[in-house]
Amino acid sequence: MGERFLTEIQGLLPRSETFSERCGQRSMENTPGPVWVIAEQIDGRILTVSLQLIGQARKLADELGASVEVVLLGDELDEHPQQLFAAGAARVYLGSDPRLAFYQPELYTEIIVKLAQERQPEMVLIGSTDVGRELAPLVAARLETGLTAHCIDLALDENGVLEQVVPAYGGLISIICPEKRPQMATVARGVFPTPELDESRTGEVILLDVPDELPRRVQTLEIVREEPEGVPLESAPIVVAGGAGVGDLEGWRQIAELAKVLNGALGCTRPAVDEGWAGLETMIGQSGKMVSPELYIGVGLSGEQQHMVGIVGAKVMVAINNDPHAPIFEQVDYGIIDDCREFVPALIDKIREYQAT
Amino acid sequence: MLNIVVCVKAVPDPKEADKIRIDPVTKTLTRADVPLVLNPLDKHAMEAALQLKERFDAHIAVLSMGPPEAGRIVRECLALGADQGVLLCDRAFAGADAYATAYTLAKGIEKIGPYDVVFCGMASSDGSTEWVGPELATFLGVPVVTRVKELVEFGEGWWKVKASLEDGYRLVRVKLPAVLTVTRELNTPRTLSFSGIIKARKKEISEWGVSDLGVPSDLVGLKGSPTIVSRMTTRESKREVEIIGGTREEKAERLVQRLVEAGVI
Repeated sequence: MGERFLTEIQGLLPRSETFSERCGQRSMENTPGPVWVIAEQIDGRILTVSLQLIGQARKLADELGASVEVVLLGDELDEHPQQLFAAGAARVYLGSDPRLAFYQPELYTEIIVKLAQERQPEMVLIGSTDVGRELAPLVAARLETGLTAHCIDLALDENGVLEQVVPAYGGLISIICPEKRPQMATVARGVFPTPELDESRTGEVILLDVPDELPRRVQTLEIVREEPEGVPLESAPIVVAGGAGVGDLEGWRQIAELAKVLNGALGCTRPAVDEGWAGLETMIGQSGKMVSPELYIGVGLSGEQQHMVGIVGAKVMVAINNDPHAPIFEQVDYGIIDDCREFVPALIDKIREYQAT
Repeated sequence: MLNIVVCVKAVPDPKEADKIRIDPVTKTLTRADVPLVLNPLDKHAMEAALQLKERFDAHIAVLSMGPPEAGRIVRECLALGADQGVLLCDRAFAGADAYATAYTLAKGIEKIGPYDVVFCGMASSDGSTEWVGPELATFLGVPVVTRVKELVEFGEGWWKVKASLEDGYRLVRVKLPAVLTVTRELNTPRTLSFSGIIKARKKEISEWGVSDLGVPSDLVGLKGSPTIVSRMTTRESKREVEIIGGTREEKAERLVQRLVEAGVI
C-alpha cells in the first residue's frame, strides 16, 4: 500500500531541488517516513502541548523505527531547538524570521506543505491550539490527506497504522487514515504527559528559507492578548462544570457561585456554550480543555464522553443530576440525584457553614 | 452586489444527541429518531449574512449537504431571509468525512456561481472538527479566517475581521473572495418570523446530486474520505459511585462531609 501511494504522491507533487540537495533523499525501502510534530511558540515560549506531542511522537517513532522531526516557525528562535531535542526530537526544521513572528496562515501553510512534500512524513501531530486548529486542516487539505480532530489517544495498530482515538456517542472510536499519507491528528494539551527533558540530547537543526514571494491574501495585522479572569481551568484544584441541565442563566449564576465559594474554576460542556451561558474557552473535553483537578463537580450534565475525556485523573468526582439514569452516575465517586436548581444553593450553604467553622 | 454563500449543516438535535449510537456494521452514526436541526453555530453564520444584506445590496445562497430531510433546514434559512437554497443530496455523498464534505461543498459553491464571501459555523455540534471551513477554502483556492468574532471593516475587495483566540483576538485583513467561519460571539441570531415562513414556502430548493455537480463518485462520500472509523470500544469507569440519599439538606451535608474526609475541600 505504502509504495503505491508514495508513487502517486511523487507523481503529483513537484519536489524542490534545493531542498532535496540539502536534506538528502530519504530511502524509500522499508524506512518509514519521520513522525512530525508541528511545534508552536508564543512570545518565544514553546507550548507545553508541543513538548507533550514530541514525547508521544518519540514512542510512536521508536515502535515504527522512524525518527522524530519537529517543525518550528517564528522569530528569534535560535535557542529553542535545544528544548525540542531534550524532549525527544532528532531533527528540527527551524523557520526563524521576522516575517514568521506572527502566525500567517498562508505562509505557514506554504512552508509546511512544501517541506512535507519533500520529507514525506508518516505522521504529522499538531496541538489543538488556536493556531493548530486552523493550520492543521489547511495543511491536510493541501496534502490531500485525512485529519482527525482532538484525539485522546494515539497508538499503532498491528499494521503500524496510526489509530487515532476520539470519544463518540457513548464510547470511543478509532479513526484511521489507511491509504493517504501523512496521517494527521490534532491533540489538546494534557492528553499526553510532558516528557522528561534530557538536556544531554542533541540533534540536527535545518534552517528553513522564507519564500521571496509572500502570499498576501490573509494577513495577521495584530495579536491582542487579554488577561483571563479567575482561576485558570487547567491548573485549578477544584473544577465545577455545568451542562444543559443547569437550565438557564439564573442556574448558571448558581453554579458560578458554587465554583467561587470553593475557590475553583468554572467549566462547561458544549451545550452550555451553545446556549450562550459560558465561553468556548471554558469548555472541558475533547475539543476543549483537559483538566485534572483534585475535585470535579459535574452539574446538570449527562456524562457524554466528549466531555468526560477532558477530566484526566481527577481525584474525587461528584455528579449532580435529576436523571438517575444519566451515564454520569457510572463515572463518578459521589452522586446526588436532585434538581440542581434546588440542590446547588443548599450545597453552597453547607459549604459556607463548613468554611465558617 | 455582494454575493454571499452560507454553508449549513443539519445535525441531530444537540438536546437529544446522546440517543445516537454507532452502527457496528457500517461504522457510521445511526441518527436513530433524533430530529435534525440547524447546527447551532450555523445560525450565527446565517445571521452574519442577513445583517450584511440589511446593509449592502446582497444575495444570499444557502448550501447544505445532507439527506432529503436536511431540506427542512435549508427552508428554515430561506424563511430567515436567504434568496436561494441548495441541497446537495445523493446517496453517494453519505459517510463523508470533513475532507470529502469540504470537497463536495466546494463543487456546490462553484456551481452556484461567483461569490464574495462564504460563511460557515466554526464547527458542527456533531462532528466538532472545525475542519470544513479551512478545507473548503483550500478546495476553492481562496483564503480563510476561522473563528471570526467581529467584522471590523469592509474595504473594496478586502475585509478586516477579528478572529477569536483563547486569550484575546487576532486582527486579520483578508482579501475577498474568502471563507469565514464564525463563532457565537459574532452576533445574536434572529428568530423565524411568521411572514418569513409563509414567503419561504414559495421559494424553491435545488437538489443537486453527483451528476449535477459533475464530480466522480469516488471523490465524494465514504469513498472520497481519507479517514475511516476502524473500530469502536467502550470506556470503562474505574469508579464506584455512592448515591447519597436523604433530604435535600442531608444530602448536601453528607456530600460536604465526604469531600472534607477525602481532603479535597
